Amino acid sequence: MTRQLASTPSTRPPDPPGRPLKQRPRRWSGRSRRDFFVFLALALPNLVLIAVFTYRPLISNIYYSTLDWTLGSASATVVGLDNYVTFFSSDDASKVLGTTAVFTLVTVGGSMFLGLLIALALNATVRGTTFARSAVFAPYVLSGVGVGLVWLFIFDPGYGVLAWVLRGIGQQSPQWINDPQLSLVMVILVYVWKNLGYCAVVYLAGLQSLPQDVMEAAALDGANGFRRFLSMSIPLLSPTTFFLLITSLLSSLQAFDLIRIMTPLGTGTSTLIYEAYLQAFGAFNRAGYSASISVILFAILLVITLLQVRFVERKVHYS
Amino acid sequence: MSSLSPVNPDPAAPAVTASEPFVARDRPFSLRNLVQTIAGGYIPLMLATLVVFLPLLWMILSSFKQPGEIITVDLKILPDSVNLENYNIAMTTVPFAQFFINSTIVTVVGATIKVLLAILTAYALVFVRFPFKNAIFMLILVALMVPPQVSILPNYILIAGMGGKNTLWGIILPGLGTAFGTFLLRQHFLTLPASILESAEIDGAGHWRRLWQIVAPVSVPSIATVALVTVVSEWNEYIWPLIITDRPETMTLPVGLTLLQNSESNASGWGILMAGAVLVIVPILVVFAALQRYIVAGLTQGSVTG
Repeated sequence: MTRQLASTPSTRPPDPPGRPLKQRPRRWSGRSRRDFFVFLALALPNLVLIAVFTYRPLISNIYYSTLDWTLGSASATVVGLDNYVTFFSSDDASKVLGTTAVFTLVTVGGSMFLGLLIALALNATVRGTTFARSAVFAPYVLSGVGVGLVWLFIFDPGYGVLAWVLRGIGQQSPQWINDPQLSLVMVILVYVWKNLGYCAVVYLAGLQSLPQDVMEAAALDGANGFRRFLSMSIPLLSPTTFFLLITSLLSSLQAFDLIRIMTPLGTGTSTLIYEAYLQAFGAFNRAGYSASISVILFAILLVITLLQVRFVERKVHYS
Repeated sequence: MSSLSPVNPDPAAPAVTASEPFVARDRPFSLRNLVQTIAGGYIPLMLATLVVFLPLLWMILSSFKQPGEIITVDLKILPDSVNLENYNIAMTTVPFAQFFINSTIVTVVGATIKVLLAILTAYALVFVRFPFKNAIFMLILVALMVPPQVSILPNYILIAGMGGKNTLWGIILPGLGTAFGTFLLRQHFLTLPASILESAEIDGAGHWRRLWQIVAPVSVPSIATVALVTVVSEWNEYIWPLIITDRPETMTLPVGLTLLQNSESNASGWGILMAGAVLVIVPILVVFAALQRYIVAGLTQGSVTG
């Protein structure tokens, strides 16, 4: 906000009398009024849409979460915090929160670690980097539905490539689809495959913006590549790492497409977002209960976002 | 690079770097350097590229295979022939052409409106005087972080109540408000030099002309970035169309692919499903291959400098 053009705010006090350009205050105020309406005409449609479809649902969810309500039913009973009590006192809480924690932490850690390795490889080569960078990034932009189907075929215990490879080394293919724990492993692997390119490209940009003179000075001081990486690159990359940690946490917590395609029933893979979907739009139609899970998810996302905002205020300058 | 830097922190220092140049380095084409580059760079990169491409290649190869070539104990890598039978079955089992049209309409209409709204809002936030601009920008920034997934139930109830179930406008409308595009374009507009607009202001050009004759033309790369990222995400959007449509006439491609998945649940259907996956994935893959620079830049925006 520091570099606004024509940046005389309308709240600026009138120029003191006796200064040159005495007419200016009057001119500004007339234009300010016109600008007020110009601003509304330009920005209001977007702002209204954001208010109705992004902010209103947050409040509606809190209200719905206090209802015992079947989706599609005309009547609902107010039950206060019962939905939350039900969630936290049932097996659901430990199961869903546990699945969410495992899925989120492993996918975030895996994507960031492998992403950093690929970024280092990209940074070490000169030729072919652009192609490799795009190739690694490609899965990130592809439809999760399409990608999920392709991997489901690869994991197919009967006729998938993986089963064939395992047979080649004398192993039986595990039942990826039927075993809840293996389902989670499968979805995590595919999710990491789809997202590590994003981490790689962001890390590569971070590596390329490291101060070259500092790195060269370290090289001249006799620090070898690995040592330079540990004691120079890693600390200097910490803003990038933090950015990736936050964005990856947020997107892993919202992962839906792959889970829906690869494990439609959510057996072993029911994270908060998927449980909220299943409860409202699956077999149960429990809209109030689903809303309470959405509220819990939103609370978690909010905490992560607030962490980021605090960090952004200190370290990253958006203007 | 560093020796050319105009800002040298210590004027006495350059002599040191000049007196012992490159002692710590190998010659560029020394054996050690080559081995290091290949082992540390190219081999991991080739592996990573293969890990990305092999599944997609497998998808395309399998889409040409007959059930007999898939249901075998011995893996057949190449199909016997480039047989389009699977595509034919996929497109007659479910109305793929209709899905394609629906996805195209949703993507084109949705992305066009979103980009327009983003341009208008970003221009207003940067160039038009208004009392609470900081607060409004903060609200947009926060909206950027609110996941659409937590909004689906309230939005479903609202849109279904308005009669938007199984309609294309019902798919498009809730996603139209754009925080991402507004944010990205605002950041770009802030970097434009004040002088180009001041001269237009003196010429008496109003906001509308200043926007479309000066600000938009010089911002084409940024607007293209926002447009491409929006197109990609509209095309791939899944959870909302999945919920708001349950009739094939208004389904988009990803939802239609789910429908195909439900009707081809046995192993002989894999070839057909791969054909369906090709139809969903390849259009975006082509767009990405042609315009990857803009897309990568847009999707990773804000990571380093903001």
